Amino acid sequence: MQQIISFLFKNKYFILFLLLELMAVLFTIQSHSYHKSKFINSANFISGGIYNKINNVKEFFLLREENLRLSEENVALKNLLNLQEKSVSQINTQNIDTAHSTLQYRYIAAKVINNNFRKNNNYLTINKGKSDQIENDLGVINSKGIIGITKSISKNYATVLSILNVNSRINVKLLNSNYFGSLSWNNKDYNTVQLLDLPIQAPIKIGDTIVTGGRSTIFPEGIPVGTIKGFTTKNNNYEYINIKLFNDMSAIGFVEVITNFDKKEILDLEEKTSNE
Amino acid sequence: MNKDNLNTIILFVGLVLLQIAVLNNINFLGYINPFLYILFIFYYPIKKIDTQFIFLSFFLGLAIDVFSNSGGINAAATLFIAFIRMPVLKSIIGKREIDYSAAHISKLPYYKAFLYIIILTFVHHFIVFGLEYFKWNNFGIIIIKTFLTSIFTIILIMISYTLIARKK
Repeated sequence: MQQIISFLFKNKYFILFLLLELMAVLFTIQSHSYHKSKFINSANFISGGIYNKINNVKEFFLLREENLRLSEENVALKNLLNLQEKSVSQINTQNIDTAHSTLQYRYIAAKVINNNFRKNNNYLTINKGKSDQIENDLGVINSKGIIGITKSISKNYATVLSILNVNSRINVKLLNSNYFGSLSWNNKDYNTVQLLDLPIQAPIKIGDTIVTGGRSTIFPEGIPVGTIKGFTTKNNNYEYINIKLFNDMSAIGFVEVITNFDKKEILDLEEKTSNE
Repeated sequence: MNKDNLNTIILFVGLVLLQIAVLNNINFLGYINPFLYILFIFYYPIKKIDTQFIFLSFFLGLAIDVFSNSGGINAAATLFIAFIRMPVLKSIIGKREIDYSAAHISKLPYYKAFLYIIILTFVHHFIVFGLEYFKWNNFGIIIIKTFLTSIFTIILIMISYTLIARKK
């Protein structure tokens, strides 16, 4: 026993190093698993606050592009309103009761204060958190398409698991048919993602549009993703399908976080069914 | 608080801020972001056994990790080069006992300092990219990234080193 103690004492420098190194590797492994990285992330109040300050400067240079995108979105929304005006006026307005309206999705506007797109697992940090009713596993989009899913939440900030992440799988479908696949990323190009698990029966050609499928409870159906850029077949299966994103993932300013109010109900129901 | 401690704290905070605000967003040629923050390891005064230094390097790496959402990758790599700093330095300077007061990097001959910086930078970058990919079939890309990023880090560190050495 004494020998062990004296051995420990003699090598305390090395043991200290070993302990800290072990801790660092543990943090690394923890961050590789999907839901576990609790405090080593940029959503805590110090790093969130500092990124917020840095972003205030950076934002100035992005204003031009961001304004352009917003005005485009405004035009699109106005056109949509014009289309609906006629049909709305024909509906019997007596039945519309806003207090009990079955609103399924809520959108919360947020600002991206930090954005990675060059790494293996990319995260964004946004400036809305628990106090703005952001939870984890909510979809994040902007007017051009999907961006990611919220992961860690602090009081005023949240991190977003970008679609540019080797762990991310998002349910998508072809716009013009109902074939589903899942979206993944192979860490080659930050504007190209891959579509997996698409059945061979699905007819595709270059330029086809991909949108989110309604199967996940995170994204509403029909949010734009990108267009097919190229594909190869192997053994009578699609080997890989490259998709060019509508979004430029390197320049993202303002985003919307989507809450699905029916999510809990759907998940509860599904769990109940699988338990029976 | 004496002057050395104050210098260390300023260097620590300054390097973290520089790394996260500027250097992590350079993306030269697509993916090259130099890790200048390990300048701290080279600049910190050399002592025989220094527990404070081990802790500081760990927290330096961890600070970078917190800001770049990378788990403990930078902490592991920075701690490792902090630990092997003494053995590497000993073998570069020669087998005789080191005079610790004269072993600061700004007092080394130029080519010895250069060699010292190259070795530690390569080791650090290899650990960072190795842990980031964590798979053997990505070995090629790990080596390429290590090599290219190291070149840029070394250039930046040598520039800072020249500035520091001239000032003394």
